[in-house]
Amino acid sequence: MSAVVEAPIVQARGVVKDFAAGDESLRVLHGIDLDVRAGELMLVVGPSGCGKTTLISILAGILSATEGEVRVGGRALGGLSARKLAAFRRETVGFIFQQYNLLPSLTAAENAAVPLVARGERLGAAEKKARLVLERLGMGPHAGKQPRQLSGGQMQRVAIARALVHDPAFIVCDEPTAALDAASGRAAMELLRDAARDPHRAVVVVTHDPRIYGFADRLAEMEDGRVTRVLDEPAAIRALSH
Amino acid sequence: MNYVQEHAVGAIAWRMLTGDRAKYLGLVFGVAFAVMLMTQQASIFVGLMLRTAAQVIDVTDADLWVMDPRIIYVDETEPLPESALWRVRSVPGVEWAAPFFKALSVARAPDGRLQQVFVLGVDDATLAGAPSRMIEGSVEDLRRPGAVVIDRVGALFIWPGEKGSETGSPRRSDVGRTLEMADRRATIVGTAETSAPFTTFPVVYTRYSEALRFAPPPRKPLSYILVRAQAGEDHAALAARIAAETGLKALPWRQFAWETIRYYLQRTGIPINFGITVILGFVVGAAVVGQTFSIFVLENLRQFGALKAMGVANGTILRMVLLQGAAIGILGFGIGIGMAAAFFEITSRTNVDLRGFFLVWQVAAGTAVAVALIIVGSALLAIRRALVLDPAVVFRT
Ligand SMILES: Nc1ncnc2c1ncn2[C@@H]1O[C@H](COP(=O)(O)OP(=O)(O)OP(=O)(O)O)[C@@H](O)[C@H]1O
Ligand SMILES: [Mg+2]
Repeated sequence: MSAVVEAPIVQARGVVKDFAAGDESLRVLHGIDLDVRAGELMLVVGPSGCGKTTLISILAGILSATEGEVRVGGRALGGLSARKLAAFRRETVGFIFQQYNLLPSLTAAENAAVPLVARGERLGAAEKKARLVLERLGMGPHAGKQPRQLSGGQMQRVAIARALVHDPAFIVCDEPTAALDAASGRAAMELLRDAARDPHRAVVVVTHDPRIYGFADRLAEMEDGRVTRVLDEPAAIRALSH
Repeated sequence: MNYVQEHAVGAIAWRMLTGDRAKYLGLVFGVAFAVMLMTQQASIFVGLMLRTAAQVIDVTDADLWVMDPRIIYVDETEPLPESALWRVRSVPGVEWAAPFFKALSVARAPDGRLQQVFVLGVDDATLAGAPSRMIEGSVEDLRRPGAVVIDRVGALFIWPGEKGSETGSPRRSDVGRTLEMADRRATIVGTAETSAPFTTFPVVYTRYSEALRFAPPPRKPLSYILVRAQAGEDHAALAARIAAETGLKALPWRQFAWETIRYYLQRTGIPINFGITVILGFVVGAAVVGQTFSIFVLENLRQFGALKAMGVANGTILRMVLLQGAAIGILGFGIGIGMAAAFFEITSRTNVDLRGFFLVWQVAAGTAVAVALIIVGSALLAIRRALVLDPAVVFRT
């Protein structure tokens, strides 16, 4: 590596989020500073309601911060119109959801092709690329099946293929293993860690599941709308999971 | 938004719609049922209203009807003096003017059965106003003494028990049968297809000079004067001229038909009650269509939310939903209209009481517009929630 320090893929500075609660406003994030570097898998952990989903929604351009600045891939998200944010998500972000959110009537390959279709590709061509990704994830034989014919672990692999198919710089996952058994959860995390090895990509995973802490390059702990500490020592991260 | 993307996104929308076949068929048949309900009820209503003006509509050779100024609808006649005919004939622009007689009488079949009938008397010389759709015999046979032409369904009323023609086996011809009206014998020389009158009484056509004698006393001659305008003559203008020169009421036939329909609409309870049924049919139909479609959209809210999170633009999601709505609407409408048409096709053959009821294209068009509005409306209402990107929808369980 040269001496030049690469800018992080995700940069959050002083991010505040208020939600309207009746006439009052409820502050859910109290000034978050966080960097996620290229080639890194970061876990975000913390008690329920501390603001994890809100934070990654802001990082991924689904919500806008009330205050503060978010840059992803060098691009400032503040002040972007809804249309520009949609384009940003299309180009830059891959999503993995706890409930997979696959379209039930589409095949695995078609589901995995959706981000390419959203970017303007023909369904047939997009599906071909999606099949290649599914093969890489060991899902080749299942590419033509519909979600209801797949196990939870297989569905999550389809979801991972969908998050990878357009080669995004940033992948966000909210509780990707919560609905999976231990072995499937580990398998999914291995795929995500491999995805994060790409030097142009960062992966953020929100989780409650201490069994997967070991996959983290770094781990951010949140409490009550704040990041209380960021661990980067594998030993310290492992210690947390016991 | 380019064409290719539209195409691919459209394919996805189509898959979302048809992926669950049972649900998809449920949607289509929900719409079809609603469409059938709406068109069937509205068509029967329209048919019922047209029946009130049946005798005006059936006179195809006259452009104008001239009558006593006190007449407001076709079934209540006021006789005109014989001289009125000559005065009308002298109005410039009148090609011909013919007397027309209309009265209610009682017919007695040879076996003694009684039946109220409309007696219509047409001009002896020209037979203007005679039925245009003859089934048996010829209009010219009316020139024979005591000759009458009866409407096909009316004959079935007078001679029931012989419904052979309705079930397929040939019915004995009505030609040659006799009737007694006002103690005078009439011989049937032909049958005609006529519009069903509101009261469903049989209609008996005869010559003007005979008709007077078939009606019960007091006999009031010259109910109406039928007028044909000279070529190129504006009917409304001619009507105004006749009214001005004779002091009589003159109306283009369409207008007279409408005024008759309006009279029944305003003066009798039947149309109002039936109108409420029609409105209910529309409300129920609209509710079924709106409900089924918005449930479909709401069931897919999470899917739309996920698509939106992945960067699919609002406009595209809107188009996806509208495409799904259009697919359901067009299929459901086609099937529903088909079912309504089949209903009328079958009933008009098997049930004489429902003859003359058919699918009016204006009703079909109105239903199409209603279904389109309901689907677009419910699509927009239901999709609003997907257009606001809510992490709770996307990320939560
Ligand atoms: N749209 C909203 N309007 C009002 N309050 C909200 C909204 N979304 C989230 N909140 C509140 O913000 C807080 C943080 O929510 P968030 O979903 O980010 O928590 P979380 O850390 O992801 O929790 P969990 O682990 O249960 O998923 C919670 O108190 C929640 O009730
Ligand atoms: Mg959460």
